Amino acid sequence: MDAATFFIQTMNGIQYGLLLFLVASGLTLIFGIMGVINIAHGSFYMIGAYLAWSLMGWVGNFWIGLVAGVMVALVLGLLLEWLFIRFLYDRDHLQQVLVTYGLILIFSELRSMIWGDDVHSVPIPELLNGSIQITENLAYPIYRLWLSGVCIVIAVLMFLGIQHTRLGMMIRAGESDREMTKALGINIGLIYRFIFALGITLAAFSGMISAPISSVFPGMGSQVLIVSFVVVVIGGLGSIKGAMIAALSVGLIDTFGKVIHLDIFGINIFPEMSGMSIFALMALILTLRPQGLFGREH
Amino acid sequence: MLIFLPVFSELYYIQFASKILIMIIFVSSLNLLVGFTGLVSLGHAAFFGSSGYVLALLSPADTSMNLFVALLASMLCVGVLGAVFGAVVLRTKGIFFIMSTLALGEMLFYFLHDTAFAGGSDGIYIYDRPGFNLFGWWQLDLSNVSHFYYLALILVCLVLMLIKRIMNSPFGRVISGIRVNEHRTKALGYHTYKFKLVCFVIASMIAAISGFLAAVQFGVVNPEMVGWHASGHALMMVILGGKGSLLGPVLGTTTLMLVEEIFQEATKHWQLLTGIVVVLVALFFPNGLVGLKFSKKRSEI
Repeated sequence: MDAATFFIQTMNGIQYGLLLFLVASGLTLIFGIMGVINIAHGSFYMIGAYLAWSLMGWVGNFWIGLVAGVMVALVLGLLLEWLFIRFLYDRDHLQQVLVTYGLILIFSELRSMIWGDDVHSVPIPELLNGSIQITENLAYPIYRLWLSGVCIVIAVLMFLGIQHTRLGMMIRAGESDREMTKALGINIGLIYRFIFALGITLAAFSGMISAPISSVFPGMGSQVLIVSFVVVVIGGLGSIKGAMIAALSVGLIDTFGKVIHLDIFGINIFPEMSGMSIFALMALILTLRPQGLFGREH
Repeated sequence: MLIFLPVFSELYYIQFASKILIMIIFVSSLNLLVGFTGLVSLGHAAFFGSSGYVLALLSPADTSMNLFVALLASMLCVGVLGAVFGAVVLRTKGIFFIMSTLALGEMLFYFLHDTAFAGGSDGIYIYDRPGFNLFGWWQLDLSNVSHFYYLALILVCLVLMLIKRIMNSPFGRVISGIRVNEHRTKALGYHTYKFKLVCFVIASMIAAISGFLAAVQFGVVNPEMVGWHASGHALMMVILGGKGSLLGPVLGTTTLMLVEEIFQEATKHWQLLTGIVVVLVALFFPNGLVGLKFSKKRSEI
């Protein structure tokens, strides 16, 4: 592997990791603050991608489609919290798993009814269509750079929002003591609804911006769900910082796992095993630090 | 009535009844974890599917294996897998446990899906089902639908008796203690990790029985059998029936499979209806069908 290929693979790994962070941070936010495990999270990633495909095809413009998609996702999140999720705060994890599992079935069937079961592709917007020449025959697409940039901006905004704003303060208060926050006159129900909608929108938004570089297909939701679970387990539940570090390592390991050819005793171990490498990392972390890298003792 | 089913019923219904029996074993094994020990696993299908894979890989190409040798081999291999998986996931608790069981189950899925020896996404066909010959004068033929049905029925009874026996033993008391309050059980001097691990291995071996039967019935194994949707499906049945009771899995499995059969007849988009049922049950009847029965009794008094 020469330097240029290595550079490109590293960039791809980081970009994939940043995208995973966006999905996983929604998951970890909803659990860390509301205490709800949402296994339907991947469905919203899938819904986002399909929304992007249909809206962008309908309006004919990437950016308008993106904004409209985010709006739809926000409304969907608010509606779902009001319909189902708000009944789950005081229930045990088992019921949360089941309700959100039921939602997966419902969404996947609705998707099949509305959009069908075909694989689609979304064109890269003209503004970002192009690539930067690195060497004579290797180039890096601008869209991927833009995607990484957007993820970083959102991560910074999220961090600042939670640490340094009044709303962030209320969220943190609600996380540490729900009853006390309520007693202080803060409408915690409304904050939870907002957090849930925000988490959902993050997942859907990731689906939308990743649609142009990966195809839009029915099983994309559960694929990303499993990987973001791995990210959350490695990083520690409820920790945004942990999610970031875990997502980047998972992204890099997964990307390099697919290109490195490791020969042990003449048997080619990787590509066949590359699907497993991140799970192996998770198992390793769990044996060394069961609560995840940045998780609190539980 | 269950005993005479193959005598008067059509072929399709005997097969369907056998499918329900197989699922009852699988759901009961999951109930041992979820209902009796309080460990919510979303990766239990890993043991269901891998048991079928063990059978498929062990089966010789031209002759059929001895049923009991094959079954024991599958259970042992899956038991070892259960011990390895359990040792990792039991280090975590609560929501982490759910996530890590799911992730490990999917790891197995990708392993079977991506490697050549396991047949990739198509899986492996089992051409010669294992059989059993009783001293040359009676032959158990598992491609015969009635023979298979009776074998499944006997195994369901044995498994239910075994679980009842386990839960009434001192070991079962400790397991229940862990569900109610793990810290207190620990304070009483029990090494709870070891108890949970043993329970996890037992549950995985019982799941192996059902996976074995499923592989024999369909004559094929594929990665979908270890996928997390299979685990979620079984978890639905545990809750629908009522967790933590012996009869719960029997009721839940039978009800859900019958309901799904009706939905499938009615519409192509039957999963939508199933999803709605699951959400409603989880929100309004968290104690399942068994809980419903008890609450009625209580109100009569």
